[in-house]
Amino acid sequence: MDAVLFGIVTCLALAGGTGVIASRRPVYSALSLLVVLGSLAVDYLLLDAPFIAVLQVIIYAGAIVVLFVFIIMLLHAQSGEDPQGRAVLPAPLGGALCAAFGLVMLVTVTRSAGQPAPVGAGFGTVEAVGRALFSGFLLPFEAASVVLLIGMIGAVALGRRLPPGGER
Amino acid sequence: MPVPAPYHLALSALLFTLGMVGVLVRRSVLVVFMSIELMLNAVNLTLVTFARARGSLDGQLLVFFILVVAAVEVVIGLAIIVDLFRSRQTVDIDEVDLLRG
Repeated sequence: MDAVLFGIVTCLALAGGTGVIASRRPVYSALSLLVVLGSLAVDYLLLDAPFIAVLQVIIYAGAIVVLFVFIIMLLHAQSGEDPQGRAVLPAPLGGALCAAFGLVMLVTVTRSAGQPAPVGAGFGTVEAVGRALFSGFLLPFEAASVVLLIGMIGAVALGRRLPPGGER
Repeated sequence: MPVPAPYHLALSALLFTLGMVGVLVRRSVLVVFMSIELMLNAVNLTLVTFARARGSLDGQLLVFFILVVAAVEVVIGLAIIVDLFRSRQTVDIDEVDLLRG
């Protein structure tokens, strides 16, 4: 059962990832990204991380992809790319380089995991994660809220319309 | 019967590689940014996998903080992209070369 679900998740995630980088129009990339994020949420459920899975759906699929689609709508006509221009690397060279790197990473990373440790029934639930968060990581948690506040202020400052000819 | 950890790690490595191809090969700054999100998610998957394999919640907590920072990063990044678009009328990263020597 788990294996079947994992197979479906893998196919969807890889198809979505290919869609992100291969789509002609950015809105298709954003929707492919949504597929990847959704299938990863299912994968988190398979890995006994229900809380992270819920966060993934709410924050990534909910907030971040919506923000992307919103910006694409804002910039819609000009958000495509000119097929004549050049990228950082030409596609064959970049692809070959990444394939080599990916192969090395695949070998290294898949060999580094041992047998899964036995975990209790409550592993990864909101209660368990919340307990660990608020008992051991209270200061980073508060710092994260400050980071969110600073991000909000930064977005407002960056998004402000410039007065004609004026300095920011 | 749970799926062994190496399979999850392999999926994560492949997703990371796809994101890297996107960053190197595409020129629309929006698509490059989405590829970066893809790489970030691949790393999150690795962390969750190792958290499960080691039976420790610390990996999941790290993912929690990464999600917070990723949300802020996307907000700031998209604000910069909108600002860039206002001043340059383009989202092509090749056009943005003010720092080129």
